[in-house]
Amino acid sequence: MTASPDDRRVERLLVAGMVIALLLPVITVAPNRLLSGSGIELHALLHGERLWLLFPLLWLLIAPFLPRSWPAGAAMAAIALGNGLLWLTGQEAALRTVGDDSLVRVSFGPGFWLLLLCLGLLLKHLASRMRARHAMGLVLLVSALSPALVMLWKGMLDPLSLMQEFFNVQDTLLQATREHLMLVAGSAVPAICLGAGFGFVAYKRPRLQGWVLAGFNVLQTIPSIAMFGLLIGPMAALGHWLPQSGIAGIGMAPALVALALYSLLPMTHATLAALNQVPAAARQAGRGLGMTPVQLLLRVELPLALPVFIAGIRITVVQTVGLAAVAALIGAGGFGAILFQGLAASAPDQVILGVLPIVLLTITLDSLFQLLISTLDAHHDRT
Amino acid sequence: MIELDAIHKTFGDTEVLHDLSLKIETGELAVLIGPSGSGKSTTLKLLNRLLDPDRGCVRLHGEDIRRQAPEQLRRKIGYAIQSVGLFPHWTVEQNIAVVPELQKWPRTRIRERVAELLVLLDMPPAQFLHRYPHQISGGQQQRVGVARALAADPEFLLMDEPFGALDPVTRANLQDELLRIHRLLGKTIVLVTHDLDEAIRLGSRIVIMDQGRIVQQGPAREILLTPANAFVRDFVKPGEIGVRLLGLARVSERVRWSAQATGEALGLNATLREALSAFILQGVACLPVADESGRHVGALHFDDLLEIRA
Repeated sequence: MTASPDDRRVERLLVAGMVIALLLPVITVAPNRLLSGSGIELHALLHGERLWLLFPLLWLLIAPFLPRSWPAGAAMAAIALGNGLLWLTGQEAALRTVGDDSLVRVSFGPGFWLLLLCLGLLLKHLASRMRARHAMGLVLLVSALSPALVMLWKGMLDPLSLMQEFFNVQDTLLQATREHLMLVAGSAVPAICLGAGFGFVAYKRPRLQGWVLAGFNVLQTIPSIAMFGLLIGPMAALGHWLPQSGIAGIGMAPALVALALYSLLPMTHATLAALNQVPAAARQAGRGLGMTPVQLLLRVELPLALPVFIAGIRITVVQTVGLAAVAALIGAGGFGAILFQGLAASAPDQVILGVLPIVLLTITLDSLFQLLISTLDAHHDRT
Repeated sequence: MIELDAIHKTFGDTEVLHDLSLKIETGELAVLIGPSGSGKSTTLKLLNRLLDPDRGCVRLHGEDIRRQAPEQLRRKIGYAIQSVGLFPHWTVEQNIAVVPELQKWPRTRIRERVAELLVLLDMPPAQFLHRYPHQISGGQQQRVGVARALAADPEFLLMDEPFGALDPVTRANLQDELLRIHRLLGKTIVLVTHDLDEAIRLGSRIVIMDQGRIVQQGPAREILLTPANAFVRDFVKPGEIGVRLLGLARVSERVRWSAQATGEALGLNATLREALSAFILQGVACLPVADESGRHVGALHFDDLLEIRA
């Protein structure tokens, strides 16, 4: 297969990233949880049976400079290297933390994260180069993740600090997931409805448009922590007034309100943009052919606005997943709680445990929306 | 019959139509023409109540159109616009079926009607029914737009610069087709254009507008030969009146039957303007004339063109 110059450029850039990663520590070893450790680079860890890792590594470094390109081979090498790296760090951690009472902590270093990032990007790039349909992408995803999951299942990664932290917060993680999803759904659903309403009104009454958008713009500029602070007073008063409601100045209720307020601007914008991009000619023709305003809305304007509207929901939801982490500061829980605990305890691996699920949730939701949008577009058959 | 009676219309402070009265007989193909801002599109939109006049009255067959709900009225009047405005999320079939659907025709009748219209517009149904607008050419989109306007068999057809965005060849084809459909179906058509050649070619009556008023109306020949004022004279471009007049007559009207001549034969159906071009191109003053099957029927002399003024 021939690679385009653009493909080549991307792949060589990723090689540069990988080279930098090789110069950075792949793991850090600390005498205990609180002390900072010293880093170890990959070359110091490659000996004995681990030398097989050189094969996929060198392949990936050289392949983008060869005249012929074999994306499937490169994908296999990337999967092998990523999982091999995980295996190697697990093995090294086991060697360094012998004894049940060992306090030694072996953590992933910056080199590991950077290398993993490069490999992930490379895989995504290769998948699109192979003109992967959803099915092919899924095959790649499964083959990339399954060895890691097996290692996780077999306990081969347990000696790593990240897993140690995981065992510490295991019980709260499920709770945090529930809270985080609650924060996202509970704020996004009303915000989507309200935003759609405001957007529709602004579309029908262009004079209101400026006022509505300016108002939400101001809301958007309030820093999130300040917003939570500002809401404590009114929400506490509301809770006092309605004792049965469970509303209080801190906790879930003000967090939902704040997150919903932040979602109003993108949702209103998206609704407005979705309706405005409906071709004026289609609208004029619909009217001229004798559609009533309701028929025009239901048959022409809404179906044509839908893909852009859903793209707006996608942006709003993804934004909310990240922003919901901050809600932990006012006791709303979620992954943010794990993250801030880790920050307070200066335990970077616990911080990562708070961040990783947020990243995974974001990617999952984003892909689901992307799938939905592409199905809609395929249905409309627009190119 | 369409009647506009003493219409006034202003947008904000600008008066776009001033005391405008116009009568279009049933079966006519009337062309409204004028520079931009002359009020021709506004006039068209008054006919299906996309706009309502400030003063004055529009009547169809003697009945004030404000007596019916605008939607009901519009479903009885075909409407085609320059930007076509096909619904991008619907197939050709669904697009053409809009008005019959709105009028709740039975499904089988709608299907038959759509197929019939595609055949009429020279688009094989099997090939086009299930295509989406973005999958067909601009000319084909415009045909679908015309088919959509004709779908519910309306008595009147309004067309706002329907061929304005097309290349000259496609435009000429569609103009011919519109004339054919007009002859075939006998609809009353009101068409807006800013292209004088199109107006001359299509219009059984040309209505020239300027600054919200009608400055002259009548058949093309009358407008070319006796422009009402300086504006019309400028509008028809004095330097081109001659050739435009030639464009109004066909070779069949001037041919000397059974006469002989040598050279590349003219078609009986060609306009005298095309004949003039052939004379100049071939450098002769006499050319043979052949009918549609290519059979020699006579000859045309250069002098015959001059009789056009008579």
